[in-house]
Amino acid sequence: MDILQSILLTIATAATPLLIAAIGELVVERSGVLNLGVEGMMVIGAVVGFAVSLSTGSPWLGVFAAIIAGALFSLPFAFLTLTLVTNQVATGLALTLAGLGLSGLIGELFVGQAGVRLANIHIPLLSDLPFVGRLLFGQDPIFYISLLLVAAVSWFLFKTRAGLTLRSVGDNHTSAHALGIPVVKVRYLAVMFGGACAGLAGAHLSLVYTPQWVENMTAGRGWIALALVVFASWRPWRVVGGAYLFGAVTIGQLHAQALGLGIPSQLLSSLPYLATIIVLVLISGNRRLTMMNTPASLGRPFVADR
Amino acid sequence: MKKILTGLAAATFLASMAAPALAADKIKACFLYVGSKSDGGWTQAHDVGRQMVDKELGDKVETIFAENVPEGPDAERAIERFARSGCAIVFTTSFGFMDQTLAVAAKFPDVKFEHATGYKTAPNLTTYNSRFYEGRYIIGQIAGKMSKTGTAGYIASFPIPEVVQGINAFLLGAQSVNPDFKMKVIWVNTWFDAGKEADAAKALIDQGVDIITQHTDSTGPMQVAEERKIKAFGQAFDQIAAGPTSQLTAITDTWGPYYVKRIKMVLDGTWKGGESSWDGLKDGILTMAPYTNMPDDVKAMAMETEAKIKSGELKPFTGPVMKQDGTEWLKAGESADDGTLLGLKMYVKGVDDKLPE
Repeated sequence: MDILQSILLTIATAATPLLIAAIGELVVERSGVLNLGVEGMMVIGAVVGFAVSLSTGSPWLGVFAAIIAGALFSLPFAFLTLTLVTNQVATGLALTLAGLGLSGLIGELFVGQAGVRLANIHIPLLSDLPFVGRLLFGQDPIFYISLLLVAAVSWFLFKTRAGLTLRSVGDNHTSAHALGIPVVKVRYLAVMFGGACAGLAGAHLSLVYTPQWVENMTAGRGWIALALVVFASWRPWRVVGGAYLFGAVTIGQLHAQALGLGIPSQLLSSLPYLATIIVLVLISGNRRLTMMNTPASLGRPFVADR
Repeated sequence: MKKILTGLAAATFLASMAAPALAADKIKACFLYVGSKSDGGWTQAHDVGRQMVDKELGDKVETIFAENVPEGPDAERAIERFARSGCAIVFTTSFGFMDQTLAVAAKFPDVKFEHATGYKTAPNLTTYNSRFYEGRYIIGQIAGKMSKTGTAGYIASFPIPEVVQGINAFLLGAQSVNPDFKMKVIWVNTWFDAGKEADAAKALIDQGVDIITQHTDSTGPMQVAEERKIKAFGQAFDQIAAGPTSQLTAITDTWGPYYVKRIKMVLDGTWKGGESSWDGLKDGILTMAPYTNMPDDVKAMAMETEAKIKSGELKPFTGPVMKQDGTEWLKAGESADDGTLLGLKMYVKGVDDKLPE
């Protein structure tokens, strides 16, 4: 296999779960809710996806179950923060902790078992093209879903009336409420969409990335996804850029080490995070742009006056 | 003086009163884990040891564990909670728990502590370790025979002496059958991240290594090896389930007999602090998983080396050995002593990497 293509494939695999989780959280934040529970929902998706695939023998059923599980697991967060108006930051953190614990409990029976891998797509002739064949036509199905998802979210947010409604809720929930928009209902749906995406991202980890279940296997990827949303200044296509940049730096530093270039490995390991911080600084340098894109009601509690 | 004597008398009296009650009560043995007790690697190996204690001493000992405790301040709180909750002996099973264990041991002189793989002791703190490098030498030899490209990939966690020993021993083993053997090293700076370990394995394979070994705790690398149809070695635990056609053997940690022995010593009052125990293949604290997926002659060679290490005939760190820069480290026939090995911070010749400071 051509080494460059192979590296690009590895980067795509590393970026895909980040991309999916981040695009889900982007929709949530666009509706004005900050859900720090991405890591928890993701790990629930990973364990449910793995468990269902193994029990039924069908990875697709696993993917489906992970999406449902992610969405369901986001409901307690939605109920607490939207209906009972609890603090979003604290509740989100609680959701992450609950997810990590609960997934460990569910996964107890499945540890160490050989998983079912979601097979790569193979199109005769096209997948075998030199250099670009596997990259364009031979990856795992979730990779294609992730890009379709970004296109769909971008179209939904900026080209449809429903998307406009969602953004208006995120920008000024009081005005949206005055116009008769059901703010809480819109936010419930957005939070559940975020949960479903996190669940799918988790399924990618346990069915494609490393087809196995180990406790805590998300290893902080949910938090990276959260950072990517800010990184992308709440614009869907920029999330793709961010996720792939992060993936590229992550994989690139491993290759730099394997080449024996003599750069300290601690520095190389911290590069993906340094890159994220640098871009965040550059973005926030342009205040007008940041202000324009940040959902103005992000994280603020909404109580309908009656 | 009189006061002390009265105190002693009172204590003896109380002890004699309490003795029957104590005999019925079980003592508590507590285990602190850095990972999940079912990680299929390092921590699971310790937990299998704990279960052996349950099985063999279950009528006298109650075991308690805390898993997924990160190295750092959280560990100190967890160890202190163990000490306060009446644990008679506390085993802390990760290198990074060293300073925390030392700090808590100073606060609770009546509680016994044992820290795995560290080097700091106290009157009530003993360290225990396993000569993992003996196993590394054997798998290095196997790699030297099995590799077609003459290059192995090594996924390393943190640049601590234990890991550096492993890298060097592996390479010395490989060079004993193929003097030109080379090795690429990737430091992932984590003990446990299946995804990252898998990415590192992919990067190594893409750069032309055809044998993977790792000093991290998940089965991620083994899975990649299986997928890419190359050979690999299990780490800390038999990982044959993750790599049925890839695993050549695994260095398997067998802590159970040690735990049983030490807790028995607590029960009969012969336990001592301030000691360091460093056992190896011959003591059974380290065992090799079945040699599979290799030709019979390689298997025979591996078994012979294993026997020689057990008998003491072969010591992996025996000269002539060159440092990475080509200068002499060990003269012909000279073996590195334990003190040198426990502080090892340099590579031998042939490692294609710069050791992180």
